[in-house]
Amino acid sequence: MKRGRIAYQGAIHEVTQAADRRVRLADGRLLNESEVDWLPPVVPGAIFALGLNYADHARELAFKPPEVPLVFLKGPNTLIGHCAQTRRPADATYMHYECELAVVIGKTAYRVAKEDAFALVAGYTVANDYAIRDYLENYYRPNLRVKNRDGCTPIGPWLVDRDDVPNPMALKLTTRVNDQVTQQGTTADMIFDIATLIEYLSSFMTLNPGDIILTGTPEGLADVKAGDVVETEIESVCNLINTIVDDRRFFAHSEKR
Amino acid sequence: MIKQNVSGTVYGVILNDSASLQKIGALDAPPYKGAPKAPAMYIKPANTRVGSGATVTLPRGASTLEVGATLGLVIGRAAARLTVANALDAVCGVVLAADLSLPHASYYRPAIREKCFDASLPIGTVQPLLDLSALVLSTEIDSRLVDQRSLADLIRGPAQLLADVTEFMTLAQGDVLLVGVRYQAPLAGVGSRVRISAVGVGTLEFSIAAEKIAAKKVATESGVQA
Repeated sequence: MKRGRIAYQGAIHEVTQAADRRVRLADGRLLNESEVDWLPPVVPGAIFALGLNYADHARELAFKPPEVPLVFLKGPNTLIGHCAQTRRPADATYMHYECELAVVIGKTAYRVAKEDAFALVAGYTVANDYAIRDYLENYYRPNLRVKNRDGCTPIGPWLVDRDDVPNPMALKLTTRVNDQVTQQGTTADMIFDIATLIEYLSSFMTLNPGDIILTGTPEGLADVKAGDVVETEIESVCNLINTIVDDRRFFAHSEKR
Repeated sequence: MIKQNVSGTVYGVILNDSASLQKIGALDAPPYKGAPKAPAMYIKPANTRVGSGATVTLPRGASTLEVGATLGLVIGRAAARLTVANALDAVCGVVLAADLSLPHASYYRPAIREKCFDASLPIGTVQPLLDLSALVLSTEIDSRLVDQRSLADLIRGPAQLLADVTEFMTLAQGDVLLVGVRYQAPLAGVGSRVRISAVGVGTLEFSIAAEKIAAKKVATESGVQA
């Protein structure tokens, strides 16, 4: 099953996917996907993200692949839903997308062995973990000014049940900017796979329902500009759409009202 | 006391006092290639928070913990793009915290294993905001005073720190911004009883224990909050 969260008519609703690009509310109402406001499909707990978790991407950034997972954390301020806008600040010269498989945890657990790891997984969604490289500094890198900006991590639209994705380690990832394919890869190329990441994180901290692991991105980075429509899609999961806006557009209503 | 629990995300900052900057030494060489410009931050997720009186279990393989005494600014309303002049209006209280870490001398990569183990953030009860300009945090380990630090030594004081952080990220009601920890803070080990205090903000106490031999393994059923 595919589950999402939307805002509609003054309330937040949990919805499921229905036929003909519609969503079904719990009370049976059917709405066109285009007439709802999408929220992140999960109310997040801890949000983990992986740096350099695809060998080709590590090479692209001129790093040797890490020997232990390079994990950083993000706050809930970073998440926005499907079909929303992300701001590119005026002083940014290089802002790139990162198409990532997001693993959503469904149980509380500590010290989970690799072979038991998938029992913890509720499902999968897609995240686009934008980075603005102008703000990189070498303290707890990638630092929060690069990776914890408001609305710089679109996620969704659907949380797909674990059992509906039988082989999450062999999914095609694709990013399109204005309909042109710019990034392609497969989750088969992860350096630390999902089970290893769950074993690693749970070896020192308790994982909880709603925790999200963004598993990293393959090579194929490119700068995105205001007006670009960025689609990040993962086979068998979903296609996430986001639009880049400049400061003028982002703050357009702050002067007038 | 303000009835405001720490319910949101806890953010912290490193190298925000001149003593720490002096101790870490020259920052021009790799891997840092220059002193930090924006606040150098980290996150303490929800699994790290425990109240005063807690027993903290030392992570497997570790023999000591750094005890980073610090003060948290508790956010009372959504706060973004604050100015130095209005920043403290968004703060509804302050709270003592002990940011516990496995010792790590390098700040180059995010220290998740070192800083995010369960119970690595003993945190007190929220107290009303007071003048922080010369507040002194005292750390006692087994009744011995091992460290005193004054917030007068901060590079970015509370208002400046809030302004610089909220330039790029919104702090929500219930979030906490820790004003900084010492580089290579005092160490405590198994059996230690730690007490952190500051006049007007109260005290925070916890003890450190070794892991029990029978490794705990919990896997309770509970649905994900979709």
